[in-house]
Amino acid sequence: MADKIYSTKLQDAAERNVFVLFVMLLVLLSVGGLVEIVPLFYLPDTEEYNKHPEIVWQSNGRPISVENFKVGDTITWKPGDGIRPYTALELAGRDIYEREGCYLCHSQMIRPFRDEKERYGHYSLAAESMYDHPFQWGSKRTGPDLARVGGKYSNEWHFQHLMAPRSVVPESVMPNFPWLAEQTVDGATLKKHMEGLRMIGVPYTDADIAAADKVDGVREVDALIAYLQVLGTMADIKDDVDYRE
Amino acid sequence: MEETKYNFDVVRWFTIMAVVYLVVGTLVGVYIASELAWPFLNFDIPYITFGRLRPLHTNAVIFAFGGCALFATSFYSVQRTGSTSLWSDKLAWFVFWGWNAIIVSAVITLPLGLTQAKEYAELEWPIDLAIAVVWLAWGFNFIMTIAKRKTSHIYVSNWFFMGMFVMITYLHVVNSLAIPVGLFKSYSLFSGVQDAMIQWWWGHNAVGFYLTAGFLGIMYYFVPKQANRPVFSYRLSVLHFWALMFGYVWLGAHHLQYTALPDWTGSLGAAVSLAMIIPSWGGAINGMMTLSGAWDKLRTDYILRFLIMSLAFYAMSTFEGPVMSSKTVNALSHYTDWTIGHVHSGALGWVAMVASGALYHLTEKLWNTRMYSAKLVNTHFWLATIGTVVYITAMWVSGIMQGLMWRDYDEFGTLTYTFAESVAAMHPYYVMRAIGGMIYWTGGAIMLFNVIMTVRQAVAQRGTAAAAAA
Repeated sequence: MADKIYSTKLQDAAERNVFVLFVMLLVLLSVGGLVEIVPLFYLPDTEEYNKHPEIVWQSNGRPISVENFKVGDTITWKPGDGIRPYTALELAGRDIYEREGCYLCHSQMIRPFRDEKERYGHYSLAAESMYDHPFQWGSKRTGPDLARVGGKYSNEWHFQHLMAPRSVVPESVMPNFPWLAEQTVDGATLKKHMEGLRMIGVPYTDADIAAADKVDGVREVDALIAYLQVLGTMADIKDDVDYRE
Repeated sequence: MEETKYNFDVVRWFTIMAVVYLVVGTLVGVYIASELAWPFLNFDIPYITFGRLRPLHTNAVIFAFGGCALFATSFYSVQRTGSTSLWSDKLAWFVFWGWNAIIVSAVITLPLGLTQAKEYAELEWPIDLAIAVVWLAWGFNFIMTIAKRKTSHIYVSNWFFMGMFVMITYLHVVNSLAIPVGLFKSYSLFSGVQDAMIQWWWGHNAVGFYLTAGFLGIMYYFVPKQANRPVFSYRLSVLHFWALMFGYVWLGAHHLQYTALPDWTGSLGAAVSLAMIIPSWGGAINGMMTLSGAWDKLRTDYILRFLIMSLAFYAMSTFEGPVMSSKTVNALSHYTDWTIGHVHSGALGWVAMVASGALYHLTEKLWNTRMYSAKLVNTHFWLATIGTVVYITAMWVSGIMQGLMWRDYDEFGTLTYTFAESVAAMHPYYVMRAIGGMIYWTGGAIMLFNVIMTVRQAVAQRGTAAAAAA
């Protein structure tokens, strides 16, 4: 009875020898992931900048310098110039965005529907999160999408909203974040974060990283607002260009 | 008598801890659900705001409760189906202490805001490393125990546990690849669209392999045992096992339809999702039909009720899943509470119900006794069923309402509702959801009481019996 084969020879072998079963699973379970993930690193259609290089900012070795956070004397980047790495201040804000779990209630991914365009703006491009480690597309909109929230509200509005959301939006269910006005950014830690990101491919210049010193002591809420204000403003995305043919 | 043959002590501890974590994990869930209904509950305390407690809730129910339930049932059934003891008792205890240490570290780090900010994979890199070590220790012990079994064939429940082991290893390792920039801070190695695909490959397969394949392993051992009937169809189990293993891996992409993920990937994920209803229902049918000819047992056996009801919820949510992954429905359902409802019909209705049935079964077998109160088992059953239904109904209504409000246009061709109006409209359903969760939690608390009383009673009786024998 123990020798009888109840199914196929292969199935019977797998049921008799755990290592056969193990190897079969090793092979079978790798297929789906390989097919769906690996091409995303190679297919030129994945990132829109392959066909539309103008959406990515070319620093040509210049440090990122922006209006509300100056590294040098001249502004090298202004909104619309193209997708670029986050400045030290914005990255500090992004770290706080992750720490507070904002991504659990706010998406950063606008879909190509009429209502989303009118509510949030142009649909999001893959390239717009090319420097996002990790991505923050989100999966739930308990609150509205933030992919293009940059520039929509004033810094003062954001401050008030983060301190006491219901004082500006009575229907809101967002928590108050009063501690963000009390805690400050640590420049030395931020520097390490930027060095880590450079190691995995974010093109920071030495001057970009040195700028972390200037962020030391800035209130966390101001860093977070700087991050929110840059979201969706980097590239000049045109309505008459089809980025996803 | 069985003590000499099997290593049951570690199983006993995993069983008790699973019940404890069920109560703790769902309590955190009820609290964060209440925060969405009544935001003052955040109390301006950073450590208990929604954004920090939500990862704690998901980690507690998936990894603390789910993990302990899986380790208890797998270590138990692999011994029973192989008629052998564990390959290494020491390694099994290492898994017990290691896993619980990981849970404690999650309870500390997540409220502190130490997170990798990837859903269901929030734990920072040192804890990720510990998870990998403990997970491999469990898998190695499990496989070696199968290797030294005394039976000719490997029983079907063990195939599913093996599939879970291999796939979760792949997923955890790849999705957690990150560059550490501090003791508790790291950045994902991947960015943007690739990171998104890898995250949802992980995200959906944590559901597919940890919460589905693993718990199907539980189903395949405990349903036939509790019903005292053989599995309905061997052939069906072979077919749906391989189909489920091969197919589930592809589904993650359906979480990213209409996003900046290339269309081919999302559509491929959706197409395979649609097909997955067949292997999913194969498992549900195989489990349910195991009862054919013995349906009357449901009238008297409350533990069996859990197992069978869980399969009904499993069949329902594996029908709902493919529907939601179709592009037309997904355009509406994505980003809404419908997704949360879907997850909980699986998590409360399927995962926690089948685990509760198995844990009751284990409690009776491991302490060689009957439950302290069968009536309380039945009470738990009804609270769990009603709680789940209240929860998922609230989320269906709120989710579909959100989706419809967001896309609604008035006669002038402008958006009818502001976003804030949709938030206000959710309030009654968020209250209802919190109540549903509360009902479910009450059932879990009753279970914990019942299990503790059963164990105390059994230990006391053994004490008197030993005294009488002496």
